[in-house]
Amino acid sequence: MIAGLLLVGTIPSATAVPASTQSNCVKCHFDIEDENGAAHQIGRDIHQQSGLYCSDCHGGNPALDDMDAIRASAGYRGVPDRLAIPAFCSRCHSDARYMHEYNPSLSVDQWEKYQTSVHGMRLAEKKDRKVATCVSCHTAHSIGAAKMPYSSTYPQNLPTTCGRCHADKAYMAEYGIPTDQLEKYTRSVHGIALLERGDLGAPACNDCHGNHGAAPPGIASLDAVCGLCHAIEAHLFDGSPHRPAFIEQGLPMCETCHGNHEILKPSDSLIGLAEGQLCATCHAADDQSKASADILKVSAGLRSLGNAADSAAHLLSLAGAKGMMITDEEFMLKEVGQIRVQARSTVHAFAADSLTPKVEEGLAKAEDVRKRAVKLIEEYDFRRFGLGIASIFITLLALGLYLKIRRLG
Amino acid sequence: MPGPEHRQQQSLPRRLYGWADTRFSIGDLVDYMRHKTVPVHGHSIFYYLGGLTLFLFLVQVGTGILLLMYYRPGADSAYESVRFIVSEVSFGWLIRSLHSWSANLMILVAFLHMFTVYFTQAYRKPRELTWFTGMALLGLGMAFGFSGYLLPWNELSFFATRVGTGMVRALPFVGDYLMQVLRGGDEVTGATIGRFFGLHVAILPAAFTLVIAAHLLFVQRQGMSEPVDWMTKNQNEKKFITFFPNFLYRDLLLWLLALNVLALLAVFFPDGIGIVHWPLGQKADPFAPPPLMIRPEWYFMFAFEALRLLPVHVLFLEGELFGIILFGLGGILWLLVPFLDKSSNLNRRSPLFMWFGVLVVAFIVVMTILGYTLP
Amino acid sequence: MEQNVSRRSFLDRFIAVIGIAFASSVLYPIVRYLIPPKSGEAAASQVKLPFGRAELEADPRKSRTFRFGRQLGIIVLTPSGELKAVSAVCTHLDCTVQYRPDMSLLWCACHNGKYDLNGGNVSGPPPRPLERFAVNEVGSDIFVSKETA
Repeated sequence: MIAGLLLVGTIPSATAVPASTQSNCVKCHFDIEDENGAAHQIGRDIHQQSGLYCSDCHGGNPALDDMDAIRASAGYRGVPDRLAIPAFCSRCHSDARYMHEYNPSLSVDQWEKYQTSVHGMRLAEKKDRKVATCVSCHTAHSIGAAKMPYSSTYPQNLPTTCGRCHADKAYMAEYGIPTDQLEKYTRSVHGIALLERGDLGAPACNDCHGNHGAAPPGIASLDAVCGLCHAIEAHLFDGSPHRPAFIEQGLPMCETCHGNHEILKPSDSLIGLAEGQLCATCHAADDQSKASADILKVSAGLRSLGNAADSAAHLLSLAGAKGMMITDEEFMLKEVGQIRVQARSTVHAFAADSLTPKVEEGLAKAEDVRKRAVKLIEEYDFRRFGLGIASIFITLLALGLYLKIRRLG
Repeated sequence: MPGPEHRQQQSLPRRLYGWADTRFSIGDLVDYMRHKTVPVHGHSIFYYLGGLTLFLFLVQVGTGILLLMYYRPGADSAYESVRFIVSEVSFGWLIRSLHSWSANLMILVAFLHMFTVYFTQAYRKPRELTWFTGMALLGLGMAFGFSGYLLPWNELSFFATRVGTGMVRALPFVGDYLMQVLRGGDEVTGATIGRFFGLHVAILPAAFTLVIAAHLLFVQRQGMSEPVDWMTKNQNEKKFITFFPNFLYRDLLLWLLALNVLALLAVFFPDGIGIVHWPLGQKADPFAPPPLMIRPEWYFMFAFEALRLLPVHVLFLEGELFGIILFGLGGILWLLVPFLDKSSNLNRRSPLFMWFGVLVVAFIVVMTILGYTLP
Repeated sequence: MEQNVSRRSFLDRFIAVIGIAFASSVLYPIVRYLIPPKSGEAAASQVKLPFGRAELEADPRKSRTFRFGRQLGIIVLTPSGELKAVSAVCTHLDCTVQYRPDMSLLWCACHNGKYDLNGGNVSGPPPRPLERFAVNEVGSDIFVSKETA
C-alpha cells in the first residue's frame, strides 16, 4: 500500500494509471531491491510513461503476487539472456505496426542497423558477451529519450556512456583497439564545445559513428561524414587534388590532417613546408612542383592577412585606450575576422587561386580599419594641439588683463 | 564749440551709452554702479567664489543649449544620440565633456562658496535672504546634477537613478507616491527620462534664473559683506577697490583661467577621472543585473554613505527614515543659521556656530571618504 | 603724457586683438559643432537602408547585409517579391549567414546551419532562431526596425 503510494510519487508522467492495471511486480520488487534496482528506476523510464509495465516486456500475469505462480503463468519471458537482448527489445521495436500505436515517428530499423554494427556482428557471430547490447547504452529500466538531459543517450551524457566500455583498458584489452578516445575527445574542440560550453550542435560519438549501426566511418567516406556540418570544407576538398590522391594512398580524408578524436583548433602555422608543418609530411620543400609553390603562397597569404588584422586591431586598441570611440571600427574588425574564417575554409581547395581573392578582400578591409585607427589617433593629437593654441590665447589674454589690473590698481 | 565734428570724435562706447541713456535714463543706475566698492582684506579672495559659480553655470547653459541641438530624450534614442554627439558631431566630445566637468566643478565651487560665506558669517543681518536664495541655488544645482545624470541613459546612470529615486520610499505615507511621481511610474523607464529632461532643461533653468536674479540683485544692492573683525577698524585703515572696473577685471581674469582649466580637463580627461567618471559605456538595460558597485555622484555620496551606515532600525523607526529625518533637521538648522546665530547679528564672532560649521564640514568629508573606501 | 597714452592704448589694443583671437578659438568649435555631420541623425531603433529595392533586384544574390546599431542584419528579396530582414549573426557561433536562393534558406557556411526566411533554425547546430526585423517601404526607401512584440 505504502509502496503503491511511493510508486505514484515516482512517476513523472501525468497520465493517471487505472488501479486495475497497476503492477504487483513493482510493489514487491521495490521493497527487495536497492536504489539501483528496476523498480526504483522504472519511474523515469519512457516505457512506463507510455503505459507499458513490467509484464509488457517480461510477460507473466501482473495481477499475481507469488513468484512461482508468475513464472508458471502464460507468456512469462523473464530476464533475457545477454545474447538474446537485441531480439528481446526488437520484438516490439522492429514491429512497425506495434510501434505506430505508441510513437508513429519513431523509426523501427534499430535492430537491422545493429546487426551491421561491430557490436551486432560480434554478438551474432562470435557470441561475444562483452559487446554492447540495447541495455548497455540505453539502460534496462530508466530508458530516456535522447532529448532528455537525464538520459544516458543525451548528447552530453553519450561520451560517458560509450566510454563505460571503450575507455576501460582492462575491459577492452582483448580487442586490440585504443581506449584513449574519450580522453582525446574531451580535449578536442568538439568535446569542449559539447561538454563544457553545452553546445548541443557539436558532435558526440554517435554523430560520426552512428548509434545503432555503430562503426567507424569508412576511410573514403570520412569527408562526407565531417561534411555534414563542415559542408564548405568538404565541398572544397572534394574538388581538390587531395581527394583522389588520398583515396589512392588509402589516407583517411579529413582525419589525415585533423585527427579523429583529438581534433584541435587548427592554426595558420600548420600550413607550410618546414619541418613540423603538416604539408611537409607528404610534400618536399624543394621539389619545384606547383603544389609546393601553392603551399607557400597559401601560407604567405594567410600570414599576411593575419598580420594585417592583428596590426589593425592593435592600432585600434591604442586609439581606444586614448579615449576615442572605436565601436564603428570594432564592427569593421569583426568583418575582417569573418573574412579570415572564410580564407581558412578556402585552404581546403588546396589551390592558391582560391585563397587569393579572400586574402585580398581581407587585406583591404583591414587596411580600412588601420587607416581609420590612424585617423582617430590623429584626431586625438589634434585635440591636444587645439587645446595648446587656445591655451596660448588664454594665457596671453590673461597676461594682458593682469597688466591692465596692475595699471588700474 | 560743439558741432558735428565734435560728435564724430566721440568713441563708440560713448555713443552707445548716449543712445541708451536718452531712451532709458540709465544715468542714475550707472552712477550707482560706478560707486560700488569691494573691501580688501585677508579673506577677500573668497569674494570671487560666487562669481566663479556663476561663470560655471553660464558654461553649463551654453554647452547645455548646444547639446540640446542633438540630444533626443527617450529610451530608444537618448543613448544613441549621446553616442552620436561624442563620436560623429564635430567637437561634440568637447561640448559634452565641458558640460560634465563644469557641472561637477560648479557644485564643488558652490559648496566652497557656501562654506566660506558661512565661516565669515556673511549670512548675518541684513543678508539673510541672500543666504536663503543661495541655499535654494545649491539645492537646485544638485537637482540639476541628479536629473542630468540620467539623460545619457547608460548603465551607470540607470542604476544610480534607480537607487537614488528608490530612497524616497523610506518616507512614510508619501514615500511610494513620491517615488512614482519622480520616476513617472513604478520603475525607471523612458518615462523617467521624459520627466528628468523636462526638469533639467525647462523647470530647473526657469527656477534657477529667478532665484539667481534675486540672489544677484541682493548682492548688488547690499554690496559685499565685511568680516566682523574688519568692520570694527577705523575708516582710514580700510582699503577698498571699485567694482567697475577693478573687481570686474579680476573676476574676468579668474573666469578666463577657469575656462582654461575646464578646457584642459575636457581634453585630457574627456570621460572624467577617479571619482568623477562618466564613460558612456553600455546602454541601460533594465533587465540586466546591476553592476557590483552602484555609486551616487560624489556630491551625494556623504548622504548616501551616512544612510547606509545607519542600523536597520533605530528606536522604532526604520534606519533610512531616521537618517532622512536627521538630514532634514540638519538642513533646516543650517538654513536658519542667520536667525539662530544671534551674536553675528550684533557683528560679533560666534564660536559655537564656527564649531558647528567645522563639524558639518568634517562630517561631509569623512562620509565622502568612507563612501569611497569602505566595501 | 604722450608716452603714457600710447602705452595705455597699446595694452588696450593688445587686449582687444588677443581677445578677438580668444573669442575665435571659442567660437570655432561651436560653429563646427552646429554644422550637422554627414552621417545624419543617430541610428536608434530604426534604420534607413543605404540601398533600395532596385539594387536588391539587380543583385544576383537577391540579398544584402546592413548595419543595425551594433548588429549585422541581412535583407532578402524572396521569389514572391517580399522583403524579409533578420539578424545575420548565426546563433551558433556568430558567423555571418548568407542567403541561398537555390534553397530559399539562410545558410551559415561555418557549420552548415540552415534557417528559413523567417529566421527559424531548421537544420544544423544553431540552437535558436535569428531575430526578426520589421521592414517598411516608403517610396523607394527601405526602413528596417526592431519587431515590437
